Amino acid sequence: MTSVPMTQSSAAERDQHEGPFLQVENLKVTFPTQDGPVTAVSGLTYSVEKGKTLGIVGESGSGKSVSSMAVMGLHDAKSAQISGSIRVGGTEVVGLSESHMRGLRGNSMAMIFQDALAALHPFYKIGGQLEEAYLVHHSSASKRDARRKAIEMLDRVGIPQPDRRVDDFPHQFSGGMRQRAMIAMGLINDPSLLIADEPTTALDVTVQAQILDLLQDLQREFNSAVIIITHDLGVIAEMADDVLVMYAGRCVEYGTAKQILTSPEMPYTWGLLSSIPDVTASTDARLIPIPGNPPSLLRPPPGCSFHPRCVHSSKVAGDLCSTELPELLPASSGTAHLKRCHLTDPVGVYRSEVLPEIAPELVEETR
Amino acid sequence: MTQDPNAQAQIEPTELGANAAETGDRQLTDETSDAYGSHEVGVGNLDFATVAEMGHTATQLDPLAPAVLSVDNLKMYFPVKSSGVVRRTIGHVQAVDGISFEVPKGGSLGLVGESGCGKSTTGRLITRLYKPTGGSMMFEGQDLAQLNNKQMKPLRRDVQMIFQDPYTSLNPRHTVGAIVGAPLEVHKIVPKNQVLKRVQELLEVVGLNPEHYNRYPNEFSGGQRQRIGIARALTLNPKVLVADEPVSALDVSIQAQVVNLLQDIQTEFDVSFLFIAHDLAIVRHFCPEIAVMYLGKIVEIGDRETIYGRPHHPYTQALLSAVPDVKQAAIGGRRERIRLEGDVPSPINPPSGCRFRTRCQFAQEICAKVEPPLLQIGQRHKVACHFAGELGAHPATPVTTALLGVDDQGSPVSGAAPTNTQLTIPGYEETWYDLKTRQTTGV
Amino acid sequence: MFAYVVKRLISGVLVLTLVSMGIFLLFWFGPSSPAQPICDRETSNRCTQEKLAVYEKTLGYNNPVYEEYGKFVKGVFVGRTLTIASNEYPCAAPCLGVSFRTKQPVKEELVSRIPATFSVAIGGAFLYLLFGIPIGVAAARRRGTVADKALVSSFLFISSIPYYLFALLTWLYLTITFEVPLFSDTGYFAITEYGPFKWFSGLFLAWVALGIFGCTQYTRFTRGAMVEALSEDYIRTAKAKGLPSRTIVYRHGLRAALVPVVTIFGIDFGTLLAGTIFTERIFEIQGIGWWSLEAVQGRDLPVVMATALFSAVVLIISNLLVDVIYSVLDPRVRLS
Repeated sequence: MTSVPMTQSSAAERDQHEGPFLQVENLKVTFPTQDGPVTAVSGLTYSVEKGKTLGIVGESGSGKSVSSMAVMGLHDAKSAQISGSIRVGGTEVVGLSESHMRGLRGNSMAMIFQDALAALHPFYKIGGQLEEAYLVHHSSASKRDARRKAIEMLDRVGIPQPDRRVDDFPHQFSGGMRQRAMIAMGLINDPSLLIADEPTTALDVTVQAQILDLLQDLQREFNSAVIIITHDLGVIAEMADDVLVMYAGRCVEYGTAKQILTSPEMPYTWGLLSSIPDVTASTDARLIPIPGNPPSLLRPPPGCSFHPRCVHSSKVAGDLCSTELPELLPASSGTAHLKRCHLTDPVGVYRSEVLPEIAPELVEETR
Repeated sequence: MTQDPNAQAQIEPTELGANAAETGDRQLTDETSDAYGSHEVGVGNLDFATVAEMGHTATQLDPLAPAVLSVDNLKMYFPVKSSGVVRRTIGHVQAVDGISFEVPKGGSLGLVGESGCGKSTTGRLITRLYKPTGGSMMFEGQDLAQLNNKQMKPLRRDVQMIFQDPYTSLNPRHTVGAIVGAPLEVHKIVPKNQVLKRVQELLEVVGLNPEHYNRYPNEFSGGQRQRIGIARALTLNPKVLVADEPVSALDVSIQAQVVNLLQDIQTEFDVSFLFIAHDLAIVRHFCPEIAVMYLGKIVEIGDRETIYGRPHHPYTQALLSAVPDVKQAAIGGRRERIRLEGDVPSPINPPSGCRFRTRCQFAQEICAKVEPPLLQIGQRHKVACHFAGELGAHPATPVTTALLGVDDQGSPVSGAAPTNTQLTIPGYEETWYDLKTRQTTGV
Repeated sequence: MFAYVVKRLISGVLVLTLVSMGIFLLFWFGPSSPAQPICDRETSNRCTQEKLAVYEKTLGYNNPVYEEYGKFVKGVFVGRTLTIASNEYPCAAPCLGVSFRTKQPVKEELVSRIPATFSVAIGGAFLYLLFGIPIGVAAARRRGTVADKALVSSFLFISSIPYYLFALLTWLYLTITFEVPLFSDTGYFAITEYGPFKWFSGLFLAWVALGIFGCTQYTRFTRGAMVEALSEDYIRTAKAKGLPSRTIVYRHGLRAALVPVVTIFGIDFGTLLAGTIFTERIFEIQGIGWWSLEAVQGRDLPVVMATALFSAVVLIISNLLVDVIYSVLDPRVRLS
């Protein structure tokens, strides 16, 4: 295994490094297709510190998974063009050689996926898959060390009788246990960055709660930076420190979870909030869908990508929305809160128009 | 490769409120034939107030609505065969084990619970995709559970199903017109030359362009395909629609479009819904009445305000506390939750007594010995728990002992006969058992 | 597993019974008397009604069909003595009858021809797997590239040639046109009698023909299965773990892709073992395939029956083996 010396150096770098563990700047991911280039992500900038959680929200095709796969270097170099900068623990990974990248992957950064049944190899034992993840970054470790480590990790993520279950195949685990095993595999090399791509989407609510608890406990224990990708704003509200809302490959709103979910300033975020019912909402709240479908990335709309579906664009003078892409600018609720929208008084529109329809009870409170 | 000339005209509101979604959806269809379709046909002339007007608030309960479907003690056991040369039946998966409920006319009953609780099996029993092992399902004076396939055929028109996955439930080799029109031809309701007209009407109703009847399912987006599935279910003017996870495969913004469409259809055609979903918030919005299932049994059933506001069963409480809440963002951190340990036990060999007891923090001896009856404890509220009570106010002694003729440990008391007779009726009684006074009371 | 195998073997015996009954009935109620071919042969095509009657009587065709089938089955287990006209032919168990042409017990000739057929089948299959699978994997890894497209289309071209034509062309070019000296004398030469070199050189061209043709097919199967496997989520997981691409492709991808390939191979190989008519005929290998061809042409009913039963046995066993191997390869499959 060639990765060992490099692994150690990156571990050393990791400790010396200051500032956010992950810094993404002006990331652009383009896939050439027969019909022309598809820009799945463009102009994306964000950072995550150790011990913090960033939530990325968006619908399918918004680029939320694509951007995280780019961080992990999981895109095929032949089919994806990546530009901009991604710094993981101070190391620039855009343009990094595959062998160096391999040393980081699964080691200082790890990713867990949505459907653990599909993401675990059906033909190998859980233990074997964990051991493999450990051994590839610890070439001096013996098979026995790896097995001990695998059992220890399964125990840590709350799998009962780990010394016995380590020899089970993925299909012998329940859905929740498979996701736990997946998390154990992701954390086996003590990564400083964990990307969780829809980690609880296929799970039942009580199991989801267990997995979210586990992720939070582990984050506290390992002090890792966590990115959680989801379409569930409830998960975001309970898990994330910062939130990045993506639409058609761009960041459309960025801020703390509180800013984004209590005083959003971008109509797409309003749309997301208004199109999900809430278990505690007033029954007078309306369920207001976002009309239409996400745009084609092959030929994105000019101007603001959201304008064809935006029901507030009439409040913007002229045809600004359909001609000019709004900059990602500071919102009114604070400098850390950024939004990409031409509306001049988003706060007013939200409070006077949107909120009374989607959360009438909150209007009472704020008055 | 032509731009749909009707696209602009169709933005005008129709009598059905689904037009916002409609225009948007058509937009994507146009996109497949026209490169710039996605933004040339915008919704820019719709303002928020109009769109908001078309969104629906939660469906309200009509307490006087008569039951259209009355399910009593419904059971479905699937045999488990041994391996070996001779395959014997060695047990049963008790997928549904004695459930009773009513679906009100023009109303909706929500069925929630986690995977493996039997909610989908229940839907398939009602549409008679399975023949029940026991119990009855009364629909318009006939017991669906007893009918054979031939007798069922005329009734299949009245009970239709909407499936979860819009990608696999539509035959990719048939045009939308063929898919939606097939039931008309099977049941020979309309003359052949009028099938197309009816199909186009239905496409219009579900917010699709009627001109697109000759397209194939792969030319539509996920949300549009689910609309096709809904149109197919509506073809025969059903009285009951079983919707099994109708929106869970869709993107968030599309989910709301489909839920609104289903609400439109309900008011327009007076259809009753059995709405099966694991998303508690969607169910809360769509259904004024909800039944909570656990391991083949209904553990709690009642109206929305009771189930979500004052649940009395520890499982319902745990389930609700586990749902992540957007409002938590204002406070930060995680919500207080009831942690359930472990996994749901196997339905082949379910726990004795109360099936939830293995994961219940209140479980005592009686829970293993005696199965709690689904007891009516309010005007529209039934719960199956020996220690039923509001969150934080569960009683110290079982509430059911007097009714069941057992002591606090669940052992039979000599001389005490079970008194309660209203344990398994599908609907609600005028009188109920009050938990505080432990007496039968009424309005 | 054991119970499953037993169950499958029992059902296999049932299938064999049905196959043998079916063939028996076909002969019995065929358009001409079952004794006609042997009568023609023995009398040099001057078979008269009287002579035919003698044959029919001695062969038992005047008896009810179930009685004769019973005798046949009994012969399989304990042996019997067959009478044809005035001659008696002893036939030891397991007796499958006596060839109408050679008057030898069919079983003995069958056994003597097995090594030839198996040599052809095993060598050919070995070659096409040896080349087909790695080429398929390589093509899947480079899918969409010019090399991949060229390979796939040229292989598609080869495998769309009818096999008999392909084998014939191979033979024609390599033995007649170019006269490749070492391998021109094709045929089966038993190792024990002629030594390994003669055995090898006699079969070599047959292997090449089978190998090339099978390789084109297995390349496509493997490529398809690999492309599918490489797009699975667990491959992405393997990559995210930081595994080197060799490990990802072979340990994670190929392992999964082999399952469908093995399934197809099991059936294919069973058919090969049951006798390759074209290969054996063209390369003059005295195997079961050629034998069955001759039997059909010469209306040698006992041999036709024996070769049909032999194919059935081989196919039943290979199907069973496929299922067992399948359960070993894929832990999710439980045989019951």
